[in-house]
Amino acid sequence: MRNLSLSTLGPLAALILLIVLGASLNDNFLSAANITNVLARSAFIGMIAVGMTFVITSGGLDLSVGSMAAFVAGMVILAMNALQPQLGVGLPLALIGIGTALAVGLLAGLANGLLVTRVGIEPFIVTLGTMGIFRSLVTWLADGGTLSLDFAMREYIGPIYYGGIFGISWPIITFALVVVIGEIAMRHTRFGRYAEAIGSNDKVARYSAVRVERIRLMTYVFLGLLVGLATILYVPRLGSASGSTGLLWELEAIAAVIIGGTALKGGFGRVWGTVVGVLILSLIGNILNLANLVSPYLNGAIQGVIIVLAVVLQRKKTSAEGR
Amino acid sequence: MGDAVTPALALKDVTKSFGPIEVLHGIDFDLHPGEVHALIGENGAGKSTMMKILGGFLEPTSGQVLLDGAPAPFRSGPEAEARGVVVIHQEFNLAQDLSVSQNIWLGREMGRFFLDHKAMRHATQALLDQLECRVSPDARVHDLPVSDRQMVEIAKALSRNARVLIMDEPSAVLTSHEVQVLFRQIERLRAAGVALLYTSHRLEEVNHLADRITVLRDGAVVRRALRGELTEDCMATAMVGRDLKDIYPPRRSDFGPVVLEVADFAVPPLVEGIGFSLRRGEVLGISGLVGSGRTELAEGLVGLRPHTGTLRRNGAPVTLRSLSDAEDHGLAYLTEDRKERGLLLDKSLRENLTLSTLKRFGSPFLSREAEEAALGKAIQDFDIRAPKRDMAVGNLSGGNQQKLLLAKTMLPEPQIVIIDEPTRGIDIGTKSQIYHFIDRLAREGLSVIVISSDMPEILGLSDRILVMRQGRVAGVLEGAAITETAVVRLVMGTSESEKASENA
Repeated sequence: MRNLSLSTLGPLAALILLIVLGASLNDNFLSAANITNVLARSAFIGMIAVGMTFVITSGGLDLSVGSMAAFVAGMVILAMNALQPQLGVGLPLALIGIGTALAVGLLAGLANGLLVTRVGIEPFIVTLGTMGIFRSLVTWLADGGTLSLDFAMREYIGPIYYGGIFGISWPIITFALVVVIGEIAMRHTRFGRYAEAIGSNDKVARYSAVRVERIRLMTYVFLGLLVGLATILYVPRLGSASGSTGLLWELEAIAAVIIGGTALKGGFGRVWGTVVGVLILSLIGNILNLANLVSPYLNGAIQGVIIVLAVVLQRKKTSAEGR
Repeated sequence: MGDAVTPALALKDVTKSFGPIEVLHGIDFDLHPGEVHALIGENGAGKSTMMKILGGFLEPTSGQVLLDGAPAPFRSGPEAEARGVVVIHQEFNLAQDLSVSQNIWLGREMGRFFLDHKAMRHATQALLDQLECRVSPDARVHDLPVSDRQMVEIAKALSRNARVLIMDEPSAVLTSHEVQVLFRQIERLRAAGVALLYTSHRLEEVNHLADRITVLRDGAVVRRALRGELTEDCMATAMVGRDLKDIYPPRRSDFGPVVLEVADFAVPPLVEGIGFSLRRGEVLGISGLVGSGRTELAEGLVGLRPHTGTLRRNGAPVTLRSLSDAEDHGLAYLTEDRKERGLLLDKSLRENLTLSTLKRFGSPFLSREAEEAALGKAIQDFDIRAPKRDMAVGNLSGGNQQKLLLAKTMLPEPQIVIIDEPTRGIDIGTKSQIYHFIDRLAREGLSVIVISSDMPEILGLSDRILVMRQGRVAGVLEGAAITETAVVRLVMGTSESEKASENA
């Protein structure tokens, strides 16, 4: 497989290099605790990035996911706090929270998708707008401060983030499931194939009887649902939401997608590559924290260099492929 | 070269290799001032590579490019252009979002500190008038049909006062009227002492225009001839390297019942009042100028454009609101724009073949095996020659792309297929193959509508010809009434009375 060798192996090699580097710098790097920590922290961005892979593959973009996550978290907390007097602390209230997260995520994705497909506005503009709207709404709901989940309920749902089975925490398990589903959807279903076709040339797709607008809409809704899912796992961690929740997540998710070898202009989607991209970004932060080589404040700078480097390397490869 | 006349531009023993593969072998070639030199050959013979070397876009691996007899190692296209060697590419080099005038003067804008829009617009208008092209200098290239873009490209070359003009299939997207205008310009430039290199797959054009002909096959010159020395048949034989007796299949005579009836059909805003019927096993040709509404009609018939009017399939009225509706009723459409609407150039053969029929290849999970099997069958049925199965379709030759597109269109097993420009930009060998595929489909009981700007093609292929003019049916010709003059008359609308009689 030509594609596998060229676009996927590069990021994978970089990931392995980072792991070797991390292991040689700090003995704790390969400890179960650290690995679990890195994976669990990657899970939120990771799930969103899987959804982002489909949006970008079909030629779209979603800048609103970070704000959307904050807004969903805010709504979840408000809903659970409001219903706690009637329902009490327990499973029904937790299910209300989960339902709220998925519903708000779905509706937010639907709003983005409809503005792009029905109204016909550039995805960049639409999601730049909704990015501001979602973040402003959550700040307003929190009255400029923080929305906090009632303490008893926070205790109750804590295991969603901190618990797990066989020593693997729920966020990691959920992330793994999302990745497998995403990979299968991209490689082995019509949805994935159509997304690639639309991103490659939407006119050709339209002339091939592909329902272009519907597929595009579905990518935004899918992403919205995944933002909801990520928020379900995120809320128990801190039990609060504010105007700064999920700040810059959109850029991290997009960066992970690009590092993973998905083309920003669309047409080629790599779910596995996105996972590798997410892990690379998390590991850089983790290694900087563990080793005393470089200030952790330079995390962003190093991530930036990696993003640019990844794209430069991919471009070299594609031009080499061309001839 | 002890000749009295020094060639304006020449290649001397030029070879070109890509990696280990040599694609041009020891080419000698020259272009003299004041002559039209036609370069012909099949797709993949090395014409494009040779033109790129002449135009400075590629450097030869060995050998020399000579300008006025002196070695001229151009390092880039612009460098060659600065010395008067201008290439008109097959894929246009126009900035889509700029106006015609902005495109023509791009990089050489008039004015000192501020742009002199007025002067540029006037100069552009003068160039367009010369070309009898009625496009506004302020029109955006984006909004122009392909044929007008070609004219803009030619105007741009004229504006550069080229001494050597290299034209890569300029007529491929032009109608016969526009081709006539182009020919007049070429003759004018020839008289002005410009050296012209012309390539075309239309051999009658070569016969008409060329003072000298060079035939290229498999990267080597196989024949050189002066005007009148080669008949079109000889040219084709030299290009292909074998006899091409029957370019066109014999006409069919066995038609079944009417399978499609179109009445009072309109595709706003251009196409109106169209009525015709199509029989089983028949090839119906649709002719007309570009812009006469042929493609709009076809796209309306298959539900790609909003339309009104009645359609009857086997006598029963049907409504086709989308391409999938059309597919459900056994209609398929092959677009004229292979590269922008037909195929995903950066995807593999398999992904392209099955895109419009993906539902048949497994639900919810696609079966790679079924897709590969379909590709295997398509490769065999349509003689698609691909070095590798998983290569990007954009790297296939135009002929093989077209065969793949035909295979893709035929995959849903339609009973009626509309083929818009079946052989645009394709070499003569593959053309003939495609004509025989179309013939085979008709003999197997399909009904085929062929839309084409290529006159010999429409004459050679059709059982009946429907001519469109300005969005309406100008007339229908059948049997012995099918002659080139009759078609041209209807296309141009020269004789109203004859139109009426032929229409009856």
